[in-house]
Amino acid sequence: MLGTGTGDGLQLEPLKQMRVFNLDEVSLRELNQALHDCNGSDEASAWTVTNTKGKHAVAAGIDAPLEVTVNGHVGYYCAGMNKQGQVTIRGNTGPGVAENMMSGLVRVTGNASQYAGASAHGGLLVIEGDAGSRCGISMKGVDIVVRGSIGHMGAFMAQKGRLVICGDAGTALGDSLYEARIYVKGKVAGLGADCVEKPMAEEHERELEQLLEQAGINGVDAAGFRRYGSARKLYHFNVDNVDAY
Amino acid sequence: MPEKDITEWLRESATFPRSVIADIQRAARTGIYDIRGFGAKRALPTFDDLVFLGASMTRYPLEGYRERCDTNVTLGTRYAKKPLELKIPVTIAGMSFGALSAPAKEALGRGATEVGTSTTTGDGGMTQEEREHSELLVYQLLPSRYGMNPDDLRRADAIEVVVGQGAKPGGGGMLLGQKISARVAEMRDLPEGIDQRSASRHPDWTGPDDLAIKIRELREITDWEKPVYIKIGASRTYFDTMLAVKAGADVIVVDGMQGGTAATQEVFIEHVGIPTLPAVRLAVEALKEMDMHRKVQLIVSGGIRSGADVAKALALGADAVSIGVAALIALGDNSPEFEEEYRRLGTSAGFYDDYQDGRDPTGISTQSDELAARFDPVKGGRRLANYLRVLTLETQTLARACGKNHVHNMEPEDLAALTIEAAAMARVPLAGTDWVPGEDRPKK
Repeated sequence: MLGTGTGDGLQLEPLKQMRVFNLDEVSLRELNQALHDCNGSDEASAWTVTNTKGKHAVAAGIDAPLEVTVNGHVGYYCAGMNKQGQVTIRGNTGPGVAENMMSGLVRVTGNASQYAGASAHGGLLVIEGDAGSRCGISMKGVDIVVRGSIGHMGAFMAQKGRLVICGDAGTALGDSLYEARIYVKGKVAGLGADCVEKPMAEEHERELEQLLEQAGINGVDAAGFRRYGSARKLYHFNVDNVDAY
Repeated sequence: MPEKDITEWLRESATFPRSVIADIQRAARTGIYDIRGFGAKRALPTFDDLVFLGASMTRYPLEGYRERCDTNVTLGTRYAKKPLELKIPVTIAGMSFGALSAPAKEALGRGATEVGTSTTTGDGGMTQEEREHSELLVYQLLPSRYGMNPDDLRRADAIEVVVGQGAKPGGGGMLLGQKISARVAEMRDLPEGIDQRSASRHPDWTGPDDLAIKIRELREITDWEKPVYIKIGASRTYFDTMLAVKAGADVIVVDGMQGGTAATQEVFIEHVGIPTLPAVRLAVEALKEMDMHRKVQLIVSGGIRSGADVAKALALGADAVSIGVAALIALGDNSPEFEEEYRRLGTSAGFYDDYQDGRDPTGISTQSDELAARFDPVKGGRRLANYLRVLTLETQTLARACGKNHVHNMEPEDLAALTIEAAAMARVPLAGTDWVPGEDRPKK
């Protein structure tokens, strides 16, 4: 169904138009084209997408402050390259959710598969469940908050931004890290090349509190997190570091 | 009487010639492998090993300067709403801002635009200068994703997913600290002055099945307007071409091992990948096998220097070629004008390959403002346009000699090979025979 409605009981602000896209009845192309038709505008309308059934590239390429609720599980690259959009996925996501996001908010109420937030430049990605391997790979300024745990090689080659993990992190966390910051509350199975634990100063605790608040993660105390970052030993090739290469 | 050079009668080792001895001593002195730019320097089977047969009793030639021989190429006819229409079958390969100076990138855009062809971004994102001066600009999606953003994706005329390049199939990018200026660092979201080792694998897909989904995402984001290229370094070209077709490419770019680089380990440049000559034939065979020849367009690159190279690549079945190092040479790279400065850098015009170093006296492969200011992008663009015109005229000359009124009408039947190796690699007969070595063997 393509039209207006209240969309699965979502509470709406008065006067805000709700557009509902049922992907059993309209194509993914039609959905994305309709979203892109708002690109460059300041339109902040509310959209609901239903019957996603694992489709790929749902709501990819948004460039307007649209509020999009995706009811159901999605495949690869949901909200890919998002700019300004406020996208909530009520379900699990396949690989590469919010890949290369520039700004805005992407929230996953379930679990996210591998490469969540890959190479994202900005915005906030919130994963309320767990994330798979390579969460935050090559991140370039995005903030990622994971309420659960993440798999191996989290923040691989991460350049900028903050990755907050309220649960545990898998092996090779922060391998070949640049300037991104990683906060972990639970256990870290192992650190990757050039990633080291760094002291938590007051500024880091404040930063963490703000991130948890922005992400709407309640019930997780900012105290007790550990901070990880780059030892910066691999920034220039040095033959003395050859064992690390 | 002048003293005789004693090396004239001393016997040099074939296993350890002076160049090898120098390499070993350099490695022992520095403890690091040699990193350089340019492309493979070793002798390889090339298009020079093929000749055109020309018209004769059984073929009519076309009149030069009188009878038309068209050169236009359309790229991206498979899925894109807006395919690229090129006037000539020669494009400019991806070269990054970072590896090259901003005025050099501008000159590439100016030259390409003047003759109606495309230029390509590189590992480092799209600069305003190159977008402004390139009528047709191909935007590369690389593993590093430096500077990647949806605005530039939509401002581009085509998207090139880079899986690999001929100089280093299986290798990532490399930009050494001395070239990481404040502007380059900002575009790449990295600290100034550090070595940048771009990833060798994409961050959000692995393998051809994932790539098919990735390409669909790129098409969705750009509303199915842009042609999507897949660029591969020549190695397992037959299978890679098939997989690229299956992944949904509109255009496949195959870069042979002579392809250029701004910074790569010498051992990688000289020892990984296969030459352009067999690569073009393998790619065409794969396309034909899938009934996709001319439906998915093929661009071939790696050591293209002359209209003869262009014509031979097209005759073997490519739709267009791409040039990198040759374009830089046209801009003024390795010019004798700078011999004194090359000498101060321990090299000489004609040998300079330290693109990684950042001290390029021509102002082309540098991020030094002082050196870059030497390079005039308007003059450089004009030189490149001249060179592209010569390549096109030479290609037309050869096509007319074979009686073809479009450069795409040349075919392998117009060619003969001068060496057994070239005959086997290109699968055209050894000159004066009907022998194609390996013809009865599997194509791949």
